Formats: sequence, structure tokens, C-alpha cells
Amino acid sequence: MGAGYIAQQIVNGLILGSMYALVAIGFSMIYGIIRLINFAHGDIVMIGAFATLGLMAIPGVPFPLVAVMVLGVGGLVGVLIERGAFRPMRGAPQVTGFIASLAVSIILQNLGILILSAQPRNFSFPAYLQVMINLGPVSFRLVDLMIMVTALVLMLVLMAVVYRTKLGVAMRATAEDLDVARLMGIDINRTIMVTFAIGSALAGIAGLMWGGKFGQIDPLLGFVPGLKAFVAAVIGGVGSIAGAMVGGFVLGLAEVLFVGLLPPIYSAYRDAFVFSTLIVILLILPNGLFGRSSEERA
Amino acid sequence: MDLRRSFRLLILAALAGAGLVLVMQATLDDYILSIVKFVGIYTILAVSLNMTNGYTGLFSLGHPGFMAIGGYATALLTFPVERKAMFLPDLPAWLAGLALPFLPSLLAGGLCAALTALIIGPPVLRLRGHYLAVATMGFLIIVQVMITNWDSVTRGPLGLNGLAELTSLWWIYFWVALTFYVAWKLKFSSRGRTMLAVRDDEMAAQTLGVDVFRTRVFALVIGAFFAGVAGGLWAHLITAITPTSFSLVMAFNLVVMVVVGGSGSIAGSLITAVFFTVITEVLRPLEEGLELYGISEITMALILILILIYRPEGLFGSREPACLQPDEPARGERK
Amino acid sequence: MLRVSDLHVYRGRTYVLKGIDLEVGHGEIVALIGANGAGKTTTLRTVSGLLRPKSGSIAYRPRPEAEPLELAGMPAERIVRLGISHCPEGRGIFASLSVKENLMLGAYTREDPQGVEQDFQRVCHLFPILGQRLEQRAGSLSGGEQEMLAVARALMSRPRLLILDEPSLGLAPLLVERLFETLRDINREGVTILLVEQNAVMALELASRAYVMETGRISLAGPSRELMEDEAVKQAYLGGL
Repeated sequence: MGAGYIAQQIVNGLILGSMYALVAIGFSMIYGIIRLINFAHGDIVMIGAFATLGLMAIPGVPFPLVAVMVLGVGGLVGVLIERGAFRPMRGAPQVTGFIASLAVSIILQNLGILILSAQPRNFSFPAYLQVMINLGPVSFRLVDLMIMVTALVLMLVLMAVVYRTKLGVAMRATAEDLDVARLMGIDINRTIMVTFAIGSALAGIAGLMWGGKFGQIDPLLGFVPGLKAFVAAVIGGVGSIAGAMVGGFVLGLAEVLFVGLLPPIYSAYRDAFVFSTLIVILLILPNGLFGRSSEERA
Repeated sequence: MDLRRSFRLLILAALAGAGLVLVMQATLDDYILSIVKFVGIYTILAVSLNMTNGYTGLFSLGHPGFMAIGGYATALLTFPVERKAMFLPDLPAWLAGLALPFLPSLLAGGLCAALTALIIGPPVLRLRGHYLAVATMGFLIIVQVMITNWDSVTRGPLGLNGLAELTSLWWIYFWVALTFYVAWKLKFSSRGRTMLAVRDDEMAAQTLGVDVFRTRVFALVIGAFFAGVAGGLWAHLITAITPTSFSLVMAFNLVVMVVVGGSGSIAGSLITAVFFTVITEVLRPLEEGLELYGISEITMALILILILIYRPEGLFGSREPACLQPDEPARGERK
Repeated sequence: MLRVSDLHVYRGRTYVLKGIDLEVGHGEIVALIGANGAGKTTTLRTVSGLLRPKSGSIAYRPRPEAEPLELAGMPAERIVRLGISHCPEGRGIFASLSVKENLMLGAYTREDPQGVEQDFQRVCHLFPILGQRLEQRAGSLSGGEQEMLAVARALMSRPRLLILDEPSLGLAPLLVERLFETLRDINREGVTILLVEQNAVMALELASRAYVMETGRISLAGPSRELMEDEAVKQAYLGGL
């Protein structure tokens, strides 16, 4: 197991991690502002993947435009979910919102099966993106590089919005104290809606990346990214955008190294490993790395 | 005297139930009979989940995990020795040579599930609210993964099939009645009131000296026992058991039953278990005929969302219809 | 400026305000005192729009010659834009934001950047400590500094009516004195003040008129001078002086 192999695994982990980070950030943003776990977040990734497939099939649409439109699709779905399932639940106990989002997830998955059939579909990007790039012992496709770059750019843009704009201040204020935010004149309904839109847009484009990375998509694919986003967010501290970012990369690296360095028989235990990590973290490090301790977790 | 009256009611109900079973066995065709059996199993599941989630407010998505444990345990015990040698050559010796009749196997299955609950309860139950929900979901997935990979005992993804169809309507009737009885007795006992107190106001319960933690573990364990038994009944109704038999979707469906019926209401769980099982069966020909797969799940999810918005306490809240209330009010308790 | 008539408010199933009448005139300082749980905070939260009354009216005239607006049922976000600023119980500052961000949030609804800058300079002048700690996380400020931040933030919206909920809570007496001095200055510059206080003595000294609340109803009302002399008030709220 030479240094080259480990370097390759690290690169793989970073690529995977940047996707997880995008999904985790969206998830954490939403949790930060309404304190509810959006179980359907992963399914927005699925919708993004299928939307990409559909949009790519339209002749004459350049790929960058597809990416932009997928952002829009993700945002739109997020807003619909917020209006339909979360807004009516505002003020209800935590668990109620969770069950509602679970129900939305089931609806989305089954709608997917209904409309698109459960058969996995093949997914491939335009040929120019499949070019291999070799840097010494490490190699990856152009599309992998684009995934990382796009993810990083989006994260930077997001940080700029959240920390340097009026909207961002409104989002952070609403996340901290809903009532006082209203006293400042902030339209909390609109702020929450925008947060959902942004977070879900990120999930949507993560779907595009997911399809590109794994090559195959099906309506039930949302469970895995949803779960991983949640774990990454918890690692970094739920509600913290920076934390979700870090958590995403940590999870990506951990997963790749777990599979890459341990004997193959353990690979099947990957999901169990992820969940066990989650439970352990919830029990011993409830605020993750950067989270606020205002949570009532244990 | 009050005690004699409720005892008489009990006997009457038991006899009426038995009579119903006789009638059904005689008149209904096999297909409808099997639906009735599923209704029975789902009733056991819903009522037992109600004891965990509903009485104590403990949101558990792990019920199917306990079903899986109980189901596999029961199946392994009823499996005839010769078949075990063929299908599961790597089974540990004490298990390979053992084949038990149905009832002890079911009880063993329930006990295995209960034991698991006793082990995972203390760490996991330190969590609250939606974090607990996710942790129990994790438990479910971990169980699935373990079963899938423990080939020597479970035959991995292939599962066990060719199980004897031991689940008769009588067995189901027996277990439904037992579950009901336990749930009913528990709810109106002081321990049950403790559980409801913990759900409604944990801090207040604590100040009154309630050991909240033990109450929660107890709630999980007792729900797990009946889930394990239900798993065994299920396995011997379908005559097969695989790692995916008891999935997150089932966990969701059970939650829908408990929430829609009313967390804490036994009658509510019964009614919704019947209702939803029937709906799923009614919609099945639609699903397969018109290729509208997933329609029953979508329907259930929509009903749940509507209930959560417009009637979050469920159909019955925590109450029971008058005929199920105990006759003698306990000291200081309102009827 | 503000006329509350027969206000009935429920919080969940609990009947909290059972028919409140009170008035605040332009340029006045009015105090609302009473024991814990009397409903004082609920009253303020209903006026500022965080709560909706079951029945009753809250009539508001931004200027003496203006038409009265009905505030009952209006959402808080709109009421702020009408010139009412609420300094909530417990300060309500955003601990994770900086001092400067908190202050600028106070001016969230304003559309005149020059006026905002002017007011920003003014509050920094009024509360120099805040001016020194602009980039610090608001959560790291002391209790007294947080209270100042809350008041300064409320001023950033250039309010006509300033509502304060227990500003003296948890503050040392010297700080309370200074705070109330500042409130007097603000009032002199034309801001009307409605003040809820547990510290009845100081409230009555600051305000010209006061109301006494008990279990959801106004039990006494009048000029603060009179109330300070009232035997019942003295026993209950002024430590029997």
C-alpha cells in the first residue's frame, strides 16, 4: 500500500467529500433556521440528478446552462416542500416536523418510482468531461475536478452571501431568534423560504454531480446522500455552515479510507459504519465540532 | 362489584373474539383470510409501538429491527434439523440440533428482541426528539446490515424460505388478544400512568421522583418483545424471511398507524391498523394492474401529513372509547 | 399616541389579558408595573405584533394629527415599519452576530443610508462602550453592555414609540440609573416611551404616568406621583416605604 495509493484515496475522498459538503451545507442551513431535520433533503439530490438527465436530453442546451437550471429546479422543489410540509408545522414539536419530512421523502421516492420506474438509468456527461487527468501517482477525470471546483466556488459564494449581505444577516438573525428577528422588521417567512431555496439548490446541483460521479441513478438514490448529509452536519455541528463543510470532507475521506484501507469483506458494512459513527457522535460529541450548545440533544 | 364486572367483560370479549375467529375460518376464502391475518399482525405491531412511542413519547423507528431479530430467531428455532443441516451448514452446534414447536420459538424470538432492546436502550435512549428517531433508524439499518452479512446464521441476502406455515388465525387471535390485554392493563396501571407522565412533561415527572430513564427503557423493551413475536408470526405467514422484509418503509407505515390513530390510544391503533392494511390490500390490484407502483405509500404519507396539519393528536388522542375505560377510578384520578 | 381598548389575549389555552385598557400620549413616558406573571410582557408583545389578541383594539397614531391605525392582528414586521420599536425581555440581542451587525439590524427596515449612518454615529456617541466593541461578538458583552446594545439597536430604527420590557433586569443599580438617565434624554429628543418594569421605584421615578397590572387586569392607574403615595402600591411594590 504505497504512498501513491494513499494519495489517490485522499483525492477520491476529497472529491466525494465536496459533494457531501454541498448537501450537508444545505441541510445544515435549513436546520439552522427552523430547527427541523429535513428528511427529504436527500430526495432533492435525486430530483436534481433526474432533472439533469432530462435537461441534457434537450438538444442544443449547453451543459453549463443545464447546471444553472438544475440549481433552479432544486430551489423550486425546496420552496414547495417548505410551503407544503414545513410551514404548517411551525411551532409543533420537533418530532412532528421530522415525521412530516419523512412523509414527504416517501412521497417523492414513490412519485419517482411511479413516474420514472424503479429501474436505474445510465448517466453520463458530455465526452469532453470524461477526460482523464494524471498528476503523478494520482489520476482523476475532468468531471471530478469540475465537481470539486464548482463545489468550492458555490461554498465561497454562499459564505459571501451569508456573512456580507443584508439577506445573510437576516438569515443568521432569524436562525438565532425568530421573534426578535420579526421585531427588526425581517420578513421571516420570506427569509426561511430563501434559505430553503438556497439549501435545496445546492442539493439539486449535488444531484448533478452525484449522477456524474456514480454513473447510474434511480428514484431511491436519495436516502444515501440524505443520510450522509445528516452525519456530516452532525460531525461539524448542526446549524453551522462551516461545520457542515468540514463534516462533509471528513466524512468523504473517512468513507474512502474505510473502504480503501480495510480488507474488502468490511465494505458491505459501510452503511452500518456510517450510522454507528453518527450514533457515537450524537452521544459523546453532541455539538459536533462547531455547533452551538443551545441544542437539547441528550 | 367492579372487579367482577371488568372480569366478566373480559371473558365476554374473549369469547366473542373466539366466535369471530370460528366464523371467519369457516366462511372466508383463503385470500381474505390471509388479509385478516395481516391485519392481526399489524395490530400487534401498532399497539406495541404505541406502548413505546405513544405512551412514553419515545419516537422509535426501530420496530422493524426488533421484528427482524424476533423473526429470524423464531425461524431458526422452528426450522427442522435436517433442513438446517442442508441450508445452514455453519450453524453453531447447539442451534443446529435444536428444533422447537411454535410457541416456545415465538417466545424465544420475542425475548431475543427484548434483550436487544435492553442492551441498546441505555445508550440510545439518552438522546431525545428527532435525534432519537434518527438513532433508532440507525439501529434498524445496522440490524439489516448485520443480518445480511452474518451468512452462517441467516443465509445472508437469500434469507430463509420454506418456513412452515404455522401462523394460523388462532395463533394470531391469541397474540392480538394478549397484546391488547397487556397494553390495556399497562395503560391503566400506575406504571402506565408514569409512562404517560413522562411523555407529557418529563421534568415534572422527574420532580415527582419518577425514574425517567428506566421508564423509557422499559417502554422500548416491552414494545420490542411484541415486535419480535410479530416478526415470528410474519415469517411463518409468508413462509420466508429476508433482510429486507422489515424495512424503513415498514417503520414509516407503523408510525403512520400510531400517529393517525392517536399516540397513546389502543383503540386508535387498532382502527388505523385495520384501515391501513385494508387500504394497502385494496390498492394493490390498482398498483399491479395499472402499474401505479407506490400509490398506497403515497396515499398513506398524504394522509399522515393531513392529520399532522389538521389533527395532530390523531383520531383518538390518548383516550379510549368509553367501553374500554376501566371501571374503578384509581385514587384521585379522573375517569 | 397609543390607545389599547378592552384587549383580551390568550397564550395557547391560557387566558392572560382579561380586558386591558391603557393609553400612551405623545411624548410621554408611561410605566406598566406589576408582579411576575401579571401579563405585562404579554401586553407589550401584543402591541408590537408578536401576539394576536382574541379581541380588543390597539389604536396607534404616529403623529398627533395622524389618523389612528389599528395594530391588533398586524404582524410584527409591519408594526416596526410604523415607528414602534420593541426592546424585548431578556434583551434579545443576537449573540452570534457582531455588535455592529446587531445595530445595523435595528435599521433593517430603513431606506435612507445617510440617515442610518447619522443615527449610527449618534448611538455610538450615546453609548461609547458599544462604539469601542463594534466588531466583537454580541454574546461576549456584559449584561449592562447588552442592555445598552438592545436600546441602541431599538433606536436605530428611529422609532416614534419605544417599548422596553424590564430593561433593568439583572443590572447593577448604578447601571440602571445611567440607563434611565439615557432614557430620559431620548425622551426629551421626542421619543415616546412605554416601559414595563419590575423595579417599580425607578419606573415610577422615570415615568410621568403609570399603570399597575394584576393577573391580567389593570388594577390601578394614574400619575406616578399619586401611585407612589398609594398605600396598596407601596405595600405591594415599593417595599412598604
